[in-house]
Amino acid sequence: MLSQAVRKELAAIVGNEWFKDDTQMLVSYSYDATPLYQSLPDGVIFPGSTEEVSAILKVCSRHKIPVIGRGAGSNLCAGVVPVHGGLVMVMKRMNRLLEIDEANLTATIQPGLITKEFHEAVESRGLFYPPDPGSMIICTMGGNIALGAGGLRGLKYGTTKDYVIGLEAVLANGDVLRTGGKLVKDVAGYDLTRLLVGSAGTLAIITEATVKLVPKPEYRRAMLAVYSDLQAAARTVSQIIANRIIPCTLEFMDKPTIAVVEDFAKVGLPVHAEAVLAIEQDGDEAAVRRDLDRIESICRQEGAIEVRVATTPEEGAKVMEARRSALSALSRLRPTTILEDATVPRSRIADMVLEIQRIAAKYEVQICTFGHAGDGNLHPTAMTDSRNPEEIRRVEKAFDEIFEAAIRMGGTITGEHGVGLVKAPYLEWKVGPAGIHVMKRLKDAFDPDHILNPGKMFAQTRRRIIIEDGQNASVGNHSTGGHFADE
Amino acid sequence: MKSGQKQSQLAAKLKMTLDADQLTNCMRCGFCQSACPTFLETGLEAASPRGRIALMKAVADGLMEPDQAFRDQIDLCLGCRACEPACPSDVKYGQLLEQTKEAMATERKYSLPGKLVRKVFLEGVFPHPGKTRALGHLLKFYQKSGMRRVAQKSGFMNLFPEHMREMEAILPEAGGDGVIGRWLNRRLPAYREQTADGGMLLVVPPVGEKVGRVALFRGCIMDVLFTSTNVNTIRLLRQAGFEIVVPDAQSCCGALHSHTGELEAARRLALRNIRAFAQTNADAVVTNAGGCGAMLKEYNHLLHKDRLHREEAADFASKVKDVTELLNERKHTLQMKPYTSKRIVTYQDSCHLRNVMRIRSQPRQLLQSIPGVEFREMQGADRCCGSAGIYNLLQPEMSSSVLDHKMEKAEATQAELIVTSNPGCLLQMKWGIHRTGKTGRMKAVHLVDLLAESVVVRDHLAAD
Repeated sequence: MLSQAVRKELAAIVGNEWFKDDTQMLVSYSYDATPLYQSLPDGVIFPGSTEEVSAILKVCSRHKIPVIGRGAGSNLCAGVVPVHGGLVMVMKRMNRLLEIDEANLTATIQPGLITKEFHEAVESRGLFYPPDPGSMIICTMGGNIALGAGGLRGLKYGTTKDYVIGLEAVLANGDVLRTGGKLVKDVAGYDLTRLLVGSAGTLAIITEATVKLVPKPEYRRAMLAVYSDLQAAARTVSQIIANRIIPCTLEFMDKPTIAVVEDFAKVGLPVHAEAVLAIEQDGDEAAVRRDLDRIESICRQEGAIEVRVATTPEEGAKVMEARRSALSALSRLRPTTILEDATVPRSRIADMVLEIQRIAAKYEVQICTFGHAGDGNLHPTAMTDSRNPEEIRRVEKAFDEIFEAAIRMGGTITGEHGVGLVKAPYLEWKVGPAGIHVMKRLKDAFDPDHILNPGKMFAQTRRRIIIEDGQNASVGNHSTGGHFADE
Repeated sequence: MKSGQKQSQLAAKLKMTLDADQLTNCMRCGFCQSACPTFLETGLEAASPRGRIALMKAVADGLMEPDQAFRDQIDLCLGCRACEPACPSDVKYGQLLEQTKEAMATERKYSLPGKLVRKVFLEGVFPHPGKTRALGHLLKFYQKSGMRRVAQKSGFMNLFPEHMREMEAILPEAGGDGVIGRWLNRRLPAYREQTADGGMLLVVPPVGEKVGRVALFRGCIMDVLFTSTNVNTIRLLRQAGFEIVVPDAQSCCGALHSHTGELEAARRLALRNIRAFAQTNADAVVTNAGGCGAMLKEYNHLLHKDRLHREEAADFASKVKDVTELLNERKHTLQMKPYTSKRIVTYQDSCHLRNVMRIRSQPRQLLQSIPGVEFREMQGADRCCGSAGIYNLLQPEMSSSVLDHKMEKAEATQAELIVTSNPGCLLQMKWGIHRTGKTGRMKAVHLVDLLAESVVVRDHLAAD
């Protein structure tokens, strides 16, 4: 609970209307889109300006109150669940598109702006902001920046971190930091812009961002390739890239996913197939048609049993809709859907999918895999029921092994969803002890009192890893064997 | 009874009635927030489906008490169910809302005027067509006799809150005869049949060859405030080749009751309607009000615990169709009057027609088939107008906020006609036109009435 004095101070900054700590508010800001995590904050505040954010942080710094910046609460890593209580700072009032600069091809926005609205505004001027996370109808630009959001167009266009070129952020002590600018080139000092993107509210609260825009592609067309063999699908992905073709979207769905999606969306997906690739190219019309022709030959060469190129943009949109509806379809099977994010180098996709299928069978849990084959970012999705703790434990064990397999293959524990709370125990596997050490010191430099989104990124308890002959690693929570050097 | 005791009784009741499967099914993705009018107006998590479900779950789990703030938040929900088509997991939010309202209604302490209104209208008037029509007679008398003018000019209306004054001003002319009475009074083609238990069926023959027999659901408010729309519904259907039967034993669909948590009353009305329509031998039950159609279409859900009647209810529900479905299928048989003038027209979806009956394209296709109509899709046509049954009377602030944003979007199309498929929406749009001072430049109409003017209907009314 916040003291009366603090409550008064906070209400004085934003007005009584925008500081709340009644039960209904606390409950409604105790969760995000991550299944199984919930924790009550001590208060909720809605700042309307950078000045207010700064004043609030000064108060919270003085009283050591945790602050959790929040957009739409659509993340999947418990990134805005207030696990140590504190103040949830909802950025939705600061939601304006401040400027589109057509001469510099940039846009300056406030964190609460909804991604889809931003896309529409930018596209109405013939421009394009490619990052398109799955939740774009509700997620905010601030959230995208905080977690380094990706999307389906990542392969060709890159992700959020490739588009943020300037930030205004407020530090834990209330100082306002400005980084970057409308600059194509800038090497003055350390790259704080890049550091803050993906820092998940643990280093600063973002209050304004400048992003770069690209010209809107004039034409877009999609196609579907069907495989009876997973390896053939994976080879196709590699071959497309090896042939120097970079499609704007190169998506994958495994057999269990196809069956569920077809049942839901009824778009004519081949349910007998082992794998399906949904491919989209955009750009100049002649180039798009040429690329799709070449992709079609590659698919057939690698053994696709069927290739369907959309004859109209509407038909193509249907293909991509089917892929985008994968999550919807899967989530109807069981009450609790845990969507994960395990990324490997593109060349290892088939191996990863097979591993996931083996691990799911081993733990007797239902996991379907779909995702961005083009950039190796797969979404193994478990269907389960949060009311069945025994099954949840098996699901957790399965995901442990999946992350471990991804790292073994040279991949990472999270391609786009973020570490948050959920993957904090695994961070050291990916970045190593030196990495953790440096990251912790950076955190201390920015936020010595650890008030910014505490409990995230760095695990409170460390998962022990037993290394055997440097080759294989296995997970154990109570290790007795070899271990990483402790601090 | 002390309020604390009532609250824990409510908590206990909610724990029992809320469907745990549905509560768990919500994966908190938040996609519903893109469709929720109260979330769009307030930006507050609690005022969104995800938030309301989280609050319900918190009560069911014992994490919080269903206090006044909880009840207010539930009351703030429009019940438009736009969240349902938007939900990836197919959470039946409408059912959760209904379960919560039912629990709240039984534990609620209504103020005396509130109790009176509920008793008089929900129990005393709407379920009884005769009484509803009597009220219609009274209203007509009030409107035509000069009493209304006196009430408005004398300042008597100032006794009522502003939103009610404004709504009174836009009420259409009421009638006490109902569709059956009016059809017979105007000597339109019809004959009477009697049912096995002595009830009366009005049967209207088709124009030309008969393609089917359908039964008309006339509604309660619809039949009093929009009797001519009911008449036009029959005229259009018979022109399309249908034989229409109107059972007199039917009553209010029970939507108003269900939406305020009076589920037992709603069930009684449902049984009455199912019985009345079972005797019509019709292939379909036709509605021209999205709100009623949706209620009728979910009678199977309303009565699923009633082992004796659940099958009849399911059978009934499967037969419910909106008039636009039937007319759109038979569009090719309807002859349009020649183009007289160009009109810019836009359409406001009825939430229940769209989100529950899932009818979106048929009304638009019908509109686009009218010569001279330039149809312009309004941005957010699928978003609630704020009427939501009697929500506009109970929650005037949110309702008028939503309406004002709606009118901005409507004005942006430059349409002179706003077309609707539900009486509530129609009244709300009329209110909106009045509020924005556009009376005379913009008009709100029911799709059926617009079609009746545009389609060649071969009966003597057309010649009048």
